[in-house]
Amino acid sequence: MSDVATTKRVIPDRLGTKTSRMLASWEVLLFGVAVLIFIFNSFASPYFLNAWNLSDATFNFTEKAMIAFAMALLVIAGEIDLSVAAIIALASTAMGAAAQMGIGTPGLVAIGIGTGLLCGAFNGLLVAGLRLPSIVVTIGTMSLFRGISYIVLGDQAYGKYPESFAYFGQGYVAWVFSFEFVLFIGLATAFAILLHATNFGRQIYVIGNNEFAARFSGIPVERVKFILFLLTGLMAGVAAVCLTSRLGSTRPSIAQGWELEVVTMVVLGGVSILGGAGTIAGVVIAAFVMGLVTFGLGLLNVPGIVMSIFVGLLLIITIAVPIIARRIKEMNR
Amino acid sequence: MNRLLKSREILLVVIIAIMVASFSTRAPGFASPGNLANIFNDTSILIILALGQMTVILTKSIDLSVAANLAFTGMAVAMTNAAYPDLPLALLIVMAIGIGAFLGAINGYLVWALQIPPIVVTLGTLTIYRGMAFVLSGGGWVNAHQMTPSFLNIPRMPVLGLPILSWIAIVIVLGAWFVLTRLPFGRAAYASGGNPTAAVYAGIDIGWTRFLAFVLSGALAGLSSYLWVSRYAVAYVDIAAGFELDTVAACVIGGISIAGGIGSVAGAVLGALFLGVIKNALPVIGISPFAQMAISGIVIVLAVVFNARAEKKAGRIILRDRAAPEVTA
Repeated sequence: MSDVATTKRVIPDRLGTKTSRMLASWEVLLFGVAVLIFIFNSFASPYFLNAWNLSDATFNFTEKAMIAFAMALLVIAGEIDLSVAAIIALASTAMGAAAQMGIGTPGLVAIGIGTGLLCGAFNGLLVAGLRLPSIVVTIGTMSLFRGISYIVLGDQAYGKYPESFAYFGQGYVAWVFSFEFVLFIGLATAFAILLHATNFGRQIYVIGNNEFAARFSGIPVERVKFILFLLTGLMAGVAAVCLTSRLGSTRPSIAQGWELEVVTMVVLGGVSILGGAGTIAGVVIAAFVMGLVTFGLGLLNVPGIVMSIFVGLLLIITIAVPIIARRIKEMNR
Repeated sequence: MNRLLKSREILLVVIIAIMVASFSTRAPGFASPGNLANIFNDTSILIILALGQMTVILTKSIDLSVAANLAFTGMAVAMTNAAYPDLPLALLIVMAIGIGAFLGAINGYLVWALQIPPIVVTLGTLTIYRGMAFVLSGGGWVNAHQMTPSFLNIPRMPVLGLPILSWIAIVIVLGAWFVLTRLPFGRAAYASGGNPTAAVYAGIDIGWTRFLAFVLSGALAGLSSYLWVSRYAVAYVDIAAGFELDTVAACVIGGISIAGGIGSVAGAVLGALFLGVIKNALPVIGISPFAQMAISGIVIVLAVVFNARAEKKAGRIILRDRAAPEVTA
């Protein structure tokens, strides 16, 4: 049992059997947690079990989860992007400026997504092209991207968006299923296929487990990393479109602190922060868990900043528990 | 390469001098001794925090919770002062350092005992500590009129032409220099960041060293919390929000390698002063203060690029990349 867990970086000899069982159990465990929270919430508040309330609750996590999918790939490859929330701010500012000039909805979406791609490309160029450590680079670009928003907006806000633009954040595809929720499901499927069923996905795991070996195996490490940063920028752009459309306004402080929640979601989903392991299914369940926790606390009138204590605790505890469990297992050996 | 690293501090001094000179062409009096002393005083807290951050970074870790630690401890100290005005100031300062060190110890313990990556630990505690500041204060403010005059005024009192705040920073700088270059802990910090595997063989307890570095960083954050609250004469939940990035920026600009093991006290101090000069110059030369965030972003990115060039090792092996990931014991 514990033969895979003696070193910090697990490099499985054979894929399947034990490793996959271990990973599967994490997702099952998390799913159990989600069900427990669901049951607890429905007892704690009479307003919880209502299709429309539950539909509203999905807005708590759909935008963050979109970014978390791309971030999961990045973390599995052994990198991180702390600038995602700042990319949202910049993309939202660009869309706001364009909307003031009277550009229509398709143009705004293109500008939002384009800004995201550009920011992602900039990060990718610095990390993959110049081989710089992604943590500091993205701390820098985080300050740069949001800083540009502050230069453009200062203490002002953009608010005049065309009416049809509201669909992305406020529209419903059918009954209680919002456009955002449907997009979330679609993107989850797309990312699951990309990570688990394509060569590109396998290359991500190889890079995360052993970059050196990946290079010897002829994997274009830099190109893969660049694409992953581009993908993360793209998803931040998409999230910016949804969020801006939902709020109907842009301030430079938009989505402040989201990078932490996105990373928490990824880590909670069982993705190893050291790279090399994780699944999209885990991230999807983690998104639901975090959405349910914040929604439940919200129904109980817990202020947002106190909720952030729970998010922080959740992050540390979910990482600490497997480590402590492993210690105990080793002690019993 | 060695010469380049050695001249890093000199290079920064030259750059800062050129900046000050060119700003003073736009605003006469910018380079006057009085104004320079003012800038130093203004940067004192950043210098103190950057030195704590530097110690942590040297051991191949990072402490993103310093600003949240400062907010919580500052709130605790200010509320204590407001509730018990009779408590002597020295006791409050000891309390601030103690609380800060305790919060730092929590970070350090999680990194040391559970071996959770420092960035994850401190991202988590960053929100927890700031949330706790909210729980502690109920979202309220502690304003100047609730604080005692000695609490507010002592850091401002001039001694030999400089406020006590500046003198505290100078003492901390000298102390950090002594600890990092003259004590076993300093050597251990450099060694456990520079080459963890070799450090273990040399009999250095890396986990313990990291723990101590986090405690030091927390204690300095605690001290800074008192200085911050008394300087701005107000305590609320959001004080120093985002300031952790400034401390990292000061270190990166000062040539402290984010990969650990490389950097000097002079570098961290100069990095902080670099940011301080820019911050003070913006309003003087008529640039919106909103531009400051973007400017520090650009400076961080440029500094990282520059550091990577300086650290590039001569005689690299095949495939132009570092070897397989080292195992931290």
